[in-house]
Amino acid sequence: MPKSQISLTVNGKTVEALVEPRTLLIHFLREQLMLTGPHIGCETSHCGACTVDLDGKSVKSCTVFAVQASGADIRTIEGMAAADGSLHVLQEAFREMHGLQCGFCTPGMITRAYRLLQENPNPTEDDIRTGISGNLCRCTGYQNIVKAIQYAAAKMSGVPLQEAAE
Amino acid sequence: MNDQTPTSAQRAEALQGMGCRRKRVEDIRFVQGKGNYVDDIKLPGLLYGDIVRSPHGHARVKSIDTTKAAAVPGVVAVITAETLKTVNLAWMPTLAGDVQMVLADGKVLFQNQEVAFVIAESREAAADGVELVEVEYEALPVNTDPLKAMNEGAPVIREDIKDKKDGAHGPRKHYNHVFSWAAGDKARTDAAFAKADVTIKELIVYPRCHPCPLETCQCVASFDKIKGELTLWGTFQAPHVIRTVGSLISKIPEHKIHVIAPDIGGGFGNKVGAYSGYICAIVASIVTGRPVKWVEDRIENLSTTAFARDFHMETEIACTKDGKVLGLRCYTIADHGAFDACANATKWPAGLFSIVSGSYDFPTAYCLVDGVYTNKAPGGVAYRCSFRVTEAAYAIERAMDIMAQKLGMDPAEFRLKNLIRREQFPYTSAFGWQYDSGDYHTALNKAMETVDYKALRAEQQAKRDAFKRGETRELMGIGVAFFTEIVGAGPSRNCDILGIAMFDSAEIRIHPTGTGICRLGTKSQGQGHETTYAQIIASELGLPADNIMVEEGNTDTAPYGLGTYGSRSTPVSGAATAMACRKIKAKAQMIAAYMLEVHDDDLEWDVDRFRVKGNPERFKTMTELAWAAYHEVPPGMEPGLEAVNYYDPPNFTFPFGAYICVVDVDVDTGETKIRRFYALDDCGTRINPMIIEGQIHGGLTEAFGIAMGQEIHYDEDGNVTTASLMDYFLPTAVETPKWETDYTTTPSPHHPIGAKGIGESPNVGGVPCFSNAVNDAFAFLGATHLQMPHDAWRTWTAAEKLGLHA
Repeated sequence: MPKSQISLTVNGKTVEALVEPRTLLIHFLREQLMLTGPHIGCETSHCGACTVDLDGKSVKSCTVFAVQASGADIRTIEGMAAADGSLHVLQEAFREMHGLQCGFCTPGMITRAYRLLQENPNPTEDDIRTGISGNLCRCTGYQNIVKAIQYAAAKMSGVPLQEAAE
Repeated sequence: MNDQTPTSAQRAEALQGMGCRRKRVEDIRFVQGKGNYVDDIKLPGLLYGDIVRSPHGHARVKSIDTTKAAAVPGVVAVITAETLKTVNLAWMPTLAGDVQMVLADGKVLFQNQEVAFVIAESREAAADGVELVEVEYEALPVNTDPLKAMNEGAPVIREDIKDKKDGAHGPRKHYNHVFSWAAGDKARTDAAFAKADVTIKELIVYPRCHPCPLETCQCVASFDKIKGELTLWGTFQAPHVIRTVGSLISKIPEHKIHVIAPDIGGGFGNKVGAYSGYICAIVASIVTGRPVKWVEDRIENLSTTAFARDFHMETEIACTKDGKVLGLRCYTIADHGAFDACANATKWPAGLFSIVSGSYDFPTAYCLVDGVYTNKAPGGVAYRCSFRVTEAAYAIERAMDIMAQKLGMDPAEFRLKNLIRREQFPYTSAFGWQYDSGDYHTALNKAMETVDYKALRAEQQAKRDAFKRGETRELMGIGVAFFTEIVGAGPSRNCDILGIAMFDSAEIRIHPTGTGICRLGTKSQGQGHETTYAQIIASELGLPADNIMVEEGNTDTAPYGLGTYGSRSTPVSGAATAMACRKIKAKAQMIAAYMLEVHDDDLEWDVDRFRVKGNPERFKTMTELAWAAYHEVPPGMEPGLEAVNYYDPPNFTFPFGAYICVVDVDVDTGETKIRRFYALDDCGTRINPMIIEGQIHGGLTEAFGIAMGQEIHYDEDGNVTTASLMDYFLPTAVETPKWETDYTTTPSPHHPIGAKGIGESPNVGGVPCFSNAVNDAFAFLGATHLQMPHDAWRTWTAAEKLGLHA
């Protein structure tokens, strides 16, 4: 199958690549760029494990072709920590609040939560629950994920939340 | 000592041992996307396998033509049953003593059954190949109803054993019969029913559902022809069992099979079994000489690799008129699908279903389970519940409510009247199980006080009155459930898998600098073992948890174990960990006595050190003793500081809990809102409360999914109609209620640290609690039992049948 040339930015770096037109963005990220943080859970846009940030929007990369992402600016979980390796406040919050168990939904969940807090820095609990409803978690029952996002929101706005994980 | 010396309490706190809300060590990699799951594994020359599946529920396979598929660019080979026959692998043994087709041999017995395996250079080429495999089928009559499986003239599911009179578990009474299994005292129970004042009988169905972890089942097989060795990475909850079974099936010597379970993206029972995809990937690697990856997609996962439940339980209770239970009878039809691939301890075809007498003091009880074959996928795995315990808990907890309703008693009061009393423990149930410990009345009373049960019932009465007056269209339901689990399988006298006793193991090595590694036969799938086992070691050995690395999932390095399912890691491997620590500690004590020039008995343990009795300033810390173990051991003593323990538990453990749920049902839409859910759990000694609460949140959410919406449904033609996330309900953050957790602590008397296991309790107790709440909403209108799942359609239909829309 003839390949297409694509050019995009992934986690701040320019990437030039040849892909089959039918290659999904998630496969491109995982197989060609070796960014195995985003996961595949359903391939039907339901579970959100493959969520990445694309041009300022949360996108399920299992239902985007890599060629559609040409020219885009993409951020994956691998691009969340700072250059010096220090964790993003959301990454720290998920650990602090026990917002993960098996870790499979976590990269997509944190990437989604990042965009949610960009869109709405002071979300209510309902805002958070609705905001992450495109991302399924089978382990946590979401309660501590919600707390983690509240913790991160508070910390990002300068008022750390004192409540512990429950 | 001086003011700078930390106290015992300060030193204990610094260890981050048992009871501490230690943050998880696993999270560091997971929050950065650096977990290592099976599909993350890349090897040079990796090939991809994909499966051709049957569109029919039951059909004869007339022919398979792989010519076009084999010609697709990138396709390397196509494997069918004929290929597998050359290595005697067209069929494989199951854990339950049956055999199962790896690829369709002559006919297909359920929709999406594996028919051919296409191996290609890329996922896409493999998928192209799958499209072009041409299979000619001749449709056969289908049966997907277990209650009709043993009818005269029912379609013959298993032609290979049609005339076999005996199965793996005794005589068969029909060609679609798998097994009969009975427990308890039939004559005595029948007699109790004959003289009872009040009896109830209800067919309680626990529908077929699926554990549906977010990561599907997958593997990478790599066969080294030169060495004759197979390395198999996979989503395995029980890696050693996979190695042994793999060796028995493939005839590759067990020491030449290396099974590795890397990080697992949730299991919940789905990843216990051995599936066709694994066998095909292994054969494909042997045939091609290259590593082969197989990753199932979500539809394949939901429709083929293991289902849960599908128990149809006719449940009866006999009672005095003042509400004292006299007897329990339960007759169950268990739908095992097309092959009996149920994951149970081998001698227990219905698992531990005889926990069905629950938490109540039944003088006598009897149960009979008949397993049947249908045109549905094989399996019968746990779904966050051990060995049919959740089915049993559902039956008894629904039946108790139905009996309370008939007696006109409050369901909580009826339970309090019949719960096993604290002074009766250890308690031998009517089925012969010895419940290790419990304090049921304290738990239920605490639950009722916390939610102000009396006030809730008063509010419900007021709402019912208002409903009757036409002032509201909402019904309030209060669900009460009290469950007793049986977990920690298990004692070798009861439990084995293919003859291997269900012990588990831990091997601990303490390094000279006082750090160490612990390797175990279990395998975490999100439970946080790397964090919690280290906490047990920290408390037992007085070494900081941060200095202990926990490693699981590599059969070459870990001691043999039976894996993680059935809430067995803490009861069995947790015990093994404590016992291995105690061997190490005993040796350390001898070294300390030598160094301090006292007798062993003159020493006492103090958090992280041995000190001389009456002279606490003379001590040796465990870190010092670790160094000494490699430096100055007493004459004649072996150097080093390590131990291994294989723990054969003396009994199961019996966690319990009291759950209360409040719902509001809109009779016009059928929508049920969960207003409140309170869960009190008693799992004995609590190792990490944060992780326990997380397990309960997750288990309750899965219970919520099961009770309120999940079903793997088949139509009459054998089509599975709920095999994608479009149709199979997984709760999102929006529907999921907020959970209130609470606890009591009743340690297990036979477990070294008193722990009982927690992972599955919330599923076992949660499902009946939700169901009881929905049923309770309608109970005053005369409804006795509405079948799960309680989705809006079923609930609306129930309201319709009760004439509420007139």
